Amino acid sequence: MELDSAMMSRMLTSLTLVFHIIFATVGVGIPVMISIAEFVGIKKKDPNYTLLARRWTRGFTITVAVGVVTGTAIGLQLSLLWPSFMQVAGNVIALPLFMETFAFFFEAIFLGAYLYTWDRFKNPIYHWLLSIPVIIGSTMSAFFITTVNAFMNTPQGFELEGRTLTSVDPLAAMFNPATPTKVFHVVTSSYLTSAAILAAIAAFAILKKKSSAYHKKALKLTMVATFIFAIMTAVAGDLSAKFLADEQPEKLAAAEWHFETEEKADLVVFGTLNEDNEVQNAIRLPNALSFLAHGSFDSEVTGLNEFPEDETPPLWIHYMFDLMVMLGMYALGVSFLYLLLTKIKKWNQHNKWILWLIVINGPGAMLAVEFGWIFAEVGRQPWILRGFMKVAEGATTSPNVGWMFLLFLALYIVLGIGAVSVLRKMFKHNPAELELEKRYPQVEKGGDLK
Amino acid sequence: MSYEMIGITVLWIFLYGYLIVASVDFGAGFFAYYAKVTKQDHIINQLISRYLSPVWEVTNVFFVFFFVGLVGFFPDSAYYFGQSLLIPGSIAIVLLAIRGSFYAFENYGSKKSNVFMFLYGATGLLIPASLSTAMTISEGGFIEETDNGVRLLTGELLTSPYSWSVVFLAIVSVLFISAAFLTFYASKANDQPALELMRKYTLFWGSPTIIASLTTFIAMSQHNHRHFENMLDLWWMFGLSVAFFLGALLLIYQQKRYGLAFIFVMFQFFFAFFGYGAGHLPYLLEPFITIESSVTNETMGLALVIVFIAGLLLLIPSLIMLMRMFLFDAEYVKGKK
Repeated sequence: MELDSAMMSRMLTSLTLVFHIIFATVGVGIPVMISIAEFVGIKKKDPNYTLLARRWTRGFTITVAVGVVTGTAIGLQLSLLWPSFMQVAGNVIALPLFMETFAFFFEAIFLGAYLYTWDRFKNPIYHWLLSIPVIIGSTMSAFFITTVNAFMNTPQGFELEGRTLTSVDPLAAMFNPATPTKVFHVVTSSYLTSAAILAAIAAFAILKKKSSAYHKKALKLTMVATFIFAIMTAVAGDLSAKFLADEQPEKLAAAEWHFETEEKADLVVFGTLNEDNEVQNAIRLPNALSFLAHGSFDSEVTGLNEFPEDETPPLWIHYMFDLMVMLGMYALGVSFLYLLLTKIKKWNQHNKWILWLIVINGPGAMLAVEFGWIFAEVGRQPWILRGFMKVAEGATTSPNVGWMFLLFLALYIVLGIGAVSVLRKMFKHNPAELELEKRYPQVEKGGDLK
Repeated sequence: MSYEMIGITVLWIFLYGYLIVASVDFGAGFFAYYAKVTKQDHIINQLISRYLSPVWEVTNVFFVFFFVGLVGFFPDSAYYFGQSLLIPGSIAIVLLAIRGSFYAFENYGSKKSNVFMFLYGATGLLIPASLSTAMTISEGGFIEETDNGVRLLTGELLTSPYSWSVVFLAIVSVLFISAAFLTFYASKANDQPALELMRKYTLFWGSPTIIASLTTFIAMSQHNHRHFENMLDLWWMFGLSVAFFLGALLLIYQQKRYGLAFIFVMFQFFFAFFGYGAGHLPYLLEPFITIESSVTNETMGLALVIVFIAGLLLLIPSLIMLMRMFLFDAEYVKGKK
């Protein structure tokens, strides 16, 4: 591996994105959860839910702040690290990028309004209404920026003659073949991850200091949401695999170590590769890849050997794919188990074991997002614009990228430590039970309604 | 009007918007720190955080809007500015990131520490300085194009009187705009001690602002004669700018109509900024990029303009709502909501 500018640019971009998507993911999902909790609180006239929304919102401000500044960083780094790419692609993707900033603007305005008007309105529904534009803004942001990424995977809507673009069609570029499945998968998995993290927090609180009604209600709400979003994410994931089989077969084939084109293809789970690229130690699910790719067990799946060697992605993305799928299944399984336990009267849904499984699911879901993105991004190597421009042609030639990598690494360490310690402080010294008593004196100790 | 003219006008308006709202923010950081050092922080900190808390994120968006729009309307600028600004651009991002996130950490998280107040004050002056670098290099003479790509002539930049006068102008303007706004905000809140303090700051920072404008003008005549001549042709814009400046100072000196005074300050910078920008044309980056040569293709230009108008229809009512809630709601400003 040669540490030239292109390689360093890749590393710095990865660093920024790996850090940014933690905050971007919860930035898309948490407003949805806040809005649901506040609405339930208003409808049931139960201050437990209202307090839940309030406390989530308070923590959310911290993650939003880091999301905003790292988002600004990646926005500028696109031009600073990939000037040649932006010069060419800017002609085609300017529209969604521009719209993304509008969505961001919209969200920023209403988030400020939402944060500072909790007790301003006589009718609480007006305050709740302010959460709707926040959700619209954050989800639209995710939509627009994902179309840009989708475009890089399946570019269309232009013709390239040398370095000149002709016949540009901005809408065709935006609504390229990868857009629907990518957007669907990104949005549902963000919702899922946010719900899973909030559920993990509630479960952890119950584990630590026995339980109050507040935390139990929080857990139930977030676990129901986790289950619903996990199903949607699984559907989106399945559609994404079928999309890959049709439009980006080399990515799917590399993910599945599927070398020969064949019918009735097996799905390879984990395992290792030997020197001759033969799969060993793996669990093989007969015919499952055919089903995953085309929806029938005997369909033909294109193998990696069909592609020139310098146009195929590295084979380690197989592990990223497997880990992502496994963690996704885990989220679905845990939330289903919890719901099952609540339905069957004589079982206790708050026993230690299930709570720990739920706690693990929080970071697990976030890791799945990271693995999924690494799979998606490395899976289109060596291209930056698949079929048109390779990564090395898009990078800056500046010799100083290495130093900037260290600078940003230091920045993200500082931001990461800062965010975690502020969040800990925020909630440690101000337990929910106390705040509930202070704010809503009509509620009995323990959080139940009188 | 052609797409490129609409494009550059839109971008310039957003950069101007950023100049005003960000100046208030950056200057407030400096004043907050200065007040702490001189033990006057109890007077103005409440005022500053009541205004800034709901809007700091919006301030940031103005900036993002500008650079995304620039690359959108003029993709060539991504190549030249991107290649040459890696270091100053990265430093500016890091400063913005530290400032933005620590602002949220401190405001929503815990009490204000000394380290934070220092960082908040210092970045408030360093960010305008580092961002003004992009403005300086757009005058030409600071980057060269070779077979290996484009690179920044750092030595030339650091020894140029023009670049230093721009940095100086950026910093003092930030302090002047911010002081003028906070004077108005204090008067709105009926906060006499804060009003007195901010009023003094405004009058104080007025003179370096006008001196720095003059030295920048002179340095410009040495560095880029073409741009200087263009600006002389637009002498009336700079005349109006000076007139509004004097009007603002007079009102503040006489202790009346602080709101109008701040509007005058906005006009002062509006005319100076647009006069400077109009004189810069047709170059975006001398001599590499002109606006005709670098404009995006026509379909995309049209799409961007349509989206821009649709976006404004969404943004303007929302911004008005935000201002009515936090800027012009007397009860909120006084701290009662």
